[in-house]
Amino acid sequence: MAIATLSTEKPPIEAMEVVYKRPESLAEVQTHYCPGCTHGIIHRLVAEVIDELGVREKTIGVAPVGCAVFAYQYFNVDGCEAAHGRAPAMATGLKRVMPDRIIFTYQGDGDLASIGGNEIMHAAARGENITVIFVNNANYGMTGGQMAPTTLPGMVTTSSPYGRDVKTQGYPVHITEMLAIMPGVAYASRNSMHSVAEIRKTKKAIRKAFEAQIKGLGLGIVEILSSCPTNWRMDPFESLEFIRDHMVPVFPLGEYKVHDELKRRK
Amino acid sequence: MSKELWKGNEALAEAAIRAGAEAFFGYPITPQSELLEYMSRRMPELGRVFLQAESEIGAINMVYGAASAGVRVMTSSSSPGISLMQEGLSYIAGSEVPVVLVDIMRGGPGLGNIQPSQGDYNQMVKSAGHGDFHSIVLAPSTLQEAIDLIYDSFELAFRYRTIVVILGDGSLGQMMEPVEMPPFKEWPNERPDWALRGAKGRPPNLITSLYLGAEKLEALNLRLQEKLARIKAHEQRHATFMAEDAETLIVAFGTVGRIATSAVRQARAEGMKVGLFRPITLWPWPEEALDALLETGRIKNILVVEMNAGQMLEDVERIVARRVPVRFYGRMGGAIPLPDDILPILREMQGRPAGEMAATEPVLA
Repeated sequence: MAIATLSTEKPPIEAMEVVYKRPESLAEVQTHYCPGCTHGIIHRLVAEVIDELGVREKTIGVAPVGCAVFAYQYFNVDGCEAAHGRAPAMATGLKRVMPDRIIFTYQGDGDLASIGGNEIMHAAARGENITVIFVNNANYGMTGGQMAPTTLPGMVTTSSPYGRDVKTQGYPVHITEMLAIMPGVAYASRNSMHSVAEIRKTKKAIRKAFEAQIKGLGLGIVEILSSCPTNWRMDPFESLEFIRDHMVPVFPLGEYKVHDELKRRK
Repeated sequence: MSKELWKGNEALAEAAIRAGAEAFFGYPITPQSELLEYMSRRMPELGRVFLQAESEIGAINMVYGAASAGVRVMTSSSSPGISLMQEGLSYIAGSEVPVVLVDIMRGGPGLGNIQPSQGDYNQMVKSAGHGDFHSIVLAPSTLQEAIDLIYDSFELAFRYRTIVVILGDGSLGQMMEPVEMPPFKEWPNERPDWALRGAKGRPPNLITSLYLGAEKLEALNLRLQEKLARIKAHEQRHATFMAEDAETLIVAFGTVGRIATSAVRQARAEGMKVGLFRPITLWPWPEEALDALLETGRIKNILVVEMNAGQMLEDVERIVARRVPVRFYGRMGGAIPLPDDILPILREMQGRPAGEMAATEPVLA
């Protein structure tokens, strides 16, 4: 019986077509994010967009307090670390003195929707030309899974052990809807990380939020529903299902505001 | 150059502009609002940045952002607003970015009132936020001195990568005086190499106050302490008035230092050997100079006068270290100590009958 000889030889690496690589805007370091958390993918989407727009060398990122506190280490761009919730104010300072630079904040829901509510509202009201990446995982991840303004009704967290009771603990805050009605906001979208199709839409939204800034149209915000397997006490796959089945009904996806100048894009 | 009549807050604003301020972020609060208003007119005229923030918290964090870009940036506020800025000031200190801050103090605690006060001595000199740091704190006693101090404040802020505070009170902010305005300063175009300007042709720059490892954060703190020691060694400033042969020394800063000058004149007219020691830097406190005066052995006693309950008194007592008795006279809530309040105390300290006490009893004596 003849033994088939399979060639194990591959073409030399330089002859291979590169179809997937680390974006230049993403630093070559390991992140500290928990297994199954979608922060890492969101970082990659932001980095890909910065690369594609060719603005890496003039981009400055503003990191929050929360799970993404080390975001500045993961992006290969100039970066700083704001006080809790103050990233939009810090970004305002950076943008006002350097209008030709690209400034983005990367914030979680405790940071942006709770302690930083005033800063984001007024940055939006002023129509600051900045891009805001707002990652919503319905809890304070970094501090151990406490209730956030975005926690779903009935959801158990370490500080709502009986489930969030809306009568005493209030209702989830809908930041994107609130910002969308402001004239200073050029782009507002809510996206999700629960499926490949949604991840692709998220990237498109991030791109538009950066384009809004490049065109000087006003503030661009993308709220991204993200998983938190560790604090939700779920495996990564269950977490994605939780987003789809429980978060999306409370936080409907879609573009809430698209400036005319962004619509004209083919 | 001839003298012009200027209002305190506006003079501070114009002097800061001539000193090279490129950006101003602030929030209205009495009695410093004219500074912000003046900036809102003047900065756009010169193509510079002015922005009224949503709060003092917003303002100081905008300042933090602009300072991270290596830009000459400043803000101004008054006591309750400064309290709100403390979080940002601590981050700024931890990140070592240069910032100029004007505090036109008013009465406290709480909402207090809008009268002059020196109640922010502790929050500016001792700790303008959590953690171990100090700002350089400059306390002018006249409008001209305020102008001169703010004029060099950006150099100080950039030399040490620190916060420089101009600590005035409501009377300094509101008064009008003839002053000489300095010329516009020229600054080079290049930015410091640590500034966030975009990572073009270099590795990314980072501005942060976050160091999770104990060793790393201790290393930062040791570096900050080393820097503070350098500031302490080089930046102590003070002024004296008739202190050469004085036996009784008044120690007072800012507006009270100026009032004390009148008290010294009147005391001298009565034949009393009284002089004034006025710290200009409240941090670093000019302890070497006061120490040197005490070492002459001429000083028999010291009177500290303040518009607070004795916040600077603690520093003076620490430096005097029981070598001579230290007395205190303080007014609070916007009340201003007058020479007539101070003179009876000076007479007592000189072993004379106090004579007629002032209409207002000393609150603390």
